[in-house]
Amino acid sequence: MENLLIELNNCGIYRNEKWLVRGVSIKVFKGQIVTLIGPNGSGKSTTAKMALGILKPDEGNNLIQDDIKVSYVPQKISIDWSLPLRVIDFMNLIEKYNLNNITETLSLTGIKHLLYEDVRNLSGGEFQRLLMARAIAKKPDFLVLDEPVQGVDYPGEIALYKTIQEIVKNLNCGILLISHNLHVVMSQTDHVVCLNGHVCCSGAPKSIVKEAEYIKLFGKNMDPTLAFYEHEHDHNHLPDGSIDHSH
Amino acid sequence: MFEDFLFRAFVAGIGLAIITGPLGCFIVWRRLSYFGDTLSHSALLGVVIAYALSFNIILSVFIISGLISLSLLYLQKKTNLPNDALLGLLAHSVLAIGLVLLGLLSFIRIDLMGLLFGDILAVNFNDILLVWIGGTAVLILLVIIWRPLFAGTVNLELAKAEGMKSELANAIFTLLIAAVIAISIKIVGILLITGLLIIPASASRNLSSNPIQMAIIASIVGVISMVLGLYSSLTWNTSTGPTILSVALGIFIITLLPWKKLPILKKKTRL
Repeated sequence: MENLLIELNNCGIYRNEKWLVRGVSIKVFKGQIVTLIGPNGSGKSTTAKMALGILKPDEGNNLIQDDIKVSYVPQKISIDWSLPLRVIDFMNLIEKYNLNNITETLSLTGIKHLLYEDVRNLSGGEFQRLLMARAIAKKPDFLVLDEPVQGVDYPGEIALYKTIQEIVKNLNCGILLISHNLHVVMSQTDHVVCLNGHVCCSGAPKSIVKEAEYIKLFGKNMDPTLAFYEHEHDHNHLPDGSIDHSH
Repeated sequence: MFEDFLFRAFVAGIGLAIITGPLGCFIVWRRLSYFGDTLSHSALLGVVIAYALSFNIILSVFIISGLISLSLLYLQKKTNLPNDALLGLLAHSVLAIGLVLLGLLSFIRIDLMGLLFGDILAVNFNDILLVWIGGTAVLILLVIIWRPLFAGTVNLELAKAEGMKSELANAIFTLLIAAVIAISIKIVGILLITGLLIIPASASRNLSSNPIQMAIIASIVGVISMVLGLYSSLTWNTSTGPTILSVALGIFIITLLPWKKLPILKKKTRL
């Protein structure tokens, strides 16, 4: 299909005598948000790295359209103290932008005032906003966000999710979003894939605001940018890592 | 002008210091401080092979250093060992091979002090041409690979994901270091070249708030060390290479003062 950005076809990564993740098939199209959820160690980041072409799958194949612009917000980056690096230098890391462009994008994620700050003086949440800003500035066709709201406070989280939604609308890009929150995803998500070493289940999220239980839990002010995802698992994960399909 | 041995020493030394500034920054950023040592240890093997086969010393040192650099890249991928362990492994084993070979080929006599410290006062016009032409080529290549190399230094996965050819840039970078060592070994020796890579870059880190500034200041620190070191060694009749390094160390100590409050070194500098 013309608007297909990336496709994983039955992909798996084998390291140190075990499969980190196996049998993953995902497609991301233009203008679509795909959310990957799953517990720690379920292979979300590994899957994202296959989608980005950083890792070559040991099984299956990954297709990445070669004329697309890719932006990546990794889960964590540690920058060596020997490297003097300001926010503005980090923004220009892969491509060079003009100053107006940079300040505009930084104000989108709310850290315009930190333009000349050294990146290691940023808090976790501020650094996360910087990673986002850099990814947006590139105007990507395909954007991979690995837990983009980690360390960001709750209002900031909603705001960042809103920014993400606006990006999709403005840039018409495809987004692969990774979240460790198993039940609440962005309401704009088109497709949710739940991973735990393999694809456990997938489907579209339900609108959270309509769920009576969630209204009880979060109150009526629960933001409409979030949505609820209902899992439909037909198997159990046993403690030794094997999978039980019996029930 | 070029008939004056002192003038030739200045020209060659300044050229070398300009090249080692930015390259040294990448060495410090990538935690490859022992890389220069590893390559210079391997230079002995290069020199021995050159003598044994009556081959060009500079080319031989470059080939051996290049092979060592590429094996480092290979080992980084294939093993779980940290950089410092791999560098130590390569440095000592290649030095050992060089010494064994030197023992076997007893007809070869190598001036060990010359290898360690070079003889900048014996630089001839061809050496100067080599430093400036080779050095310009090295710097041009560095500018070309700067973005993928720097992006990969900050975060390799991010750079790769976004289409930078950072691994290729890394390979080219290590070959550039090998080239600089080969160019400089006859002029300034092993000890001086590794010192020239690390000390000015480290001093520059204390003064800079962004990467390009750090690369430029490192070259300036190198040039100042070179000029003051050459003068001092003549004045007090001390050996040239060690004097240049001592001056560089002196500058490093001075950079520990709070210079960043100076307007020119402020974070907003547009470099």
